Amino acid sequence: MSTPKLQLKGIKKKLRGRQVLDGVDLSVDKGQSLVIIGGSGSGKSVTLKCVLGLMKPDAGQVLVDGADVTRMPEPVRARNMRKFGMLFQGGALFDSLSIWENIAFRLIYADGVSRKDARERAIETMRKVRLAPEFAEVRPIELSGGMQKRASLARAIIAKPDIIFFDEPTTGLDPITADAINDLIVEQTKELGCAAVSITHDMPSARKIADEVAMLYGGKIVWRGSASSIDHSGNEMVDQFVAGRAEGPIQAVV
Amino acid sequence: MINPFAPIGRAVLAILAEIGRFSGFISRAVTACFTPPVFAGQFGRQCLQIGYFSLPVIGLTAVFIGAALALNIYVGGSRFNAEQFVPNIVVLGITRELGPVLAGLMLAGRVSAGIAAEIGTMRVTEQIDAMTTLSTDPFKFLIAPRLLAATLTLPVLVLVADIIGVMGGYAVATSTLDFNGATYLRNTFQFMEAEDVILGLIKAAVFGFIIAAVGAYQGFNSKGGALGVGRATTNAVVGSIVLILAVNYLITAFFVE
Repeated sequence: MSTPKLQLKGIKKKLRGRQVLDGVDLSVDKGQSLVIIGGSGSGKSVTLKCVLGLMKPDAGQVLVDGADVTRMPEPVRARNMRKFGMLFQGGALFDSLSIWENIAFRLIYADGVSRKDARERAIETMRKVRLAPEFAEVRPIELSGGMQKRASLARAIIAKPDIIFFDEPTTGLDPITADAINDLIVEQTKELGCAAVSITHDMPSARKIADEVAMLYGGKIVWRGSASSIDHSGNEMVDQFVAGRAEGPIQAVV
Repeated sequence: MINPFAPIGRAVLAILAEIGRFSGFISRAVTACFTPPVFAGQFGRQCLQIGYFSLPVIGLTAVFIGAALALNIYVGGSRFNAEQFVPNIVVLGITRELGPVLAGLMLAGRVSAGIAAEIGTMRVTEQIDAMTTLSTDPFKFLIAPRLLAATLTLPVLVLVADIIGVMGGYAVATSTLDFNGATYLRNTFQFMEAEDVILGLIKAAVFGFIIAAVGAYQGFNSKGGALGVGRATTNAVVGSIVLILAVNYLITAFFVE
């Protein structure tokens, strides 16, 4: 059996006295797209932050190609980050830099690529995400939400990562733009052949980009199955979430 | 039964914890200043932002303080026939105390608040997290250039403030107090010692470090959206000012002794 690209083993994290993650186990293979669904405050973002090293788990392991990144010395861990690409919920583009500098940030500042070459690669990647090159010199604030998401996607894929993470990729977008972003995510992850981990509330988005779906509830993965089996999962929490019902085992946080 | 000492204990523990967190932050930031990679472009940009663009505010502050100081010393001195000491006391006051302290206070408002607001906004909009995922250490890219730029440019600004402050005193003394220009300048230079200027420049470097460090610390640890950024900005200004005044006393006392 081949080593999973990414594996989480018994990840636990307590925040402000609340056990947010209580032993999360997950694995993603090369070329596989996994979508984690779950209610607000269920710990989806915390899971992603633990994987990315933005938060340190209280217990458990995060294995990338079989190596535990939570125990790595900082410089080794920083080098390992080059395997990752990340699309943040709000885009998280740097306000003070132009769009092409945002997209080429890793190439210029981490990989030492010359600005001229980095700019060419940024423009090429902008074309891949259907962002017109005339926007290369503008600041993020001048772009619409959908265009910012495209720029953020371009930044995530430019260095050809092994694993891409998507945090609520369609939040705040109209349905048509959201669908276009979903198409781009599927197209680009297939082209790169990388593993993808997404977290979302948006079921149409989950259905479109997922090979498999995992449901996070009570700090644990309570169900995992193929995207096509989500409507007959046999799990009442998944059924409630997919149907969007307030009544059921999951109590709405209001 | 409520223990009356419990709130005091909690407050002391909270202060000690904050000092511990700040010390850890400073140690990481200083290490980032002296380990590769060095982001020279960022350092240059911050020198412009913190140093060059602060020149107008520093110049205006210095000229008015120098002028007001000359008038006050003249009034005070005339009470015991010591008006002739105006140039001597103006240069002493400006170089040793008012130049560095006022420049520090003005920059606590302009620079420390700016750093806290910028880094705080980057924190709450996940830009700092994004930087980490792009294999770039925010301490090296954001904090080290600001710390170095503020520490190195504030002494230059204070040197400029010293010159402009003395000239402010000169302008008032020669135009309204009937001082002879050449005599005023001769007295200024004869009385001034290198130690006075050096003391001011040492203070300026320390104040520059404080301004950038407190601003960056508050911004880096801000949370809770616009409210959190606002709180970080206020804390940066208040914290910088209090630290500058306390450290100013300690440096002065050390040199006097």
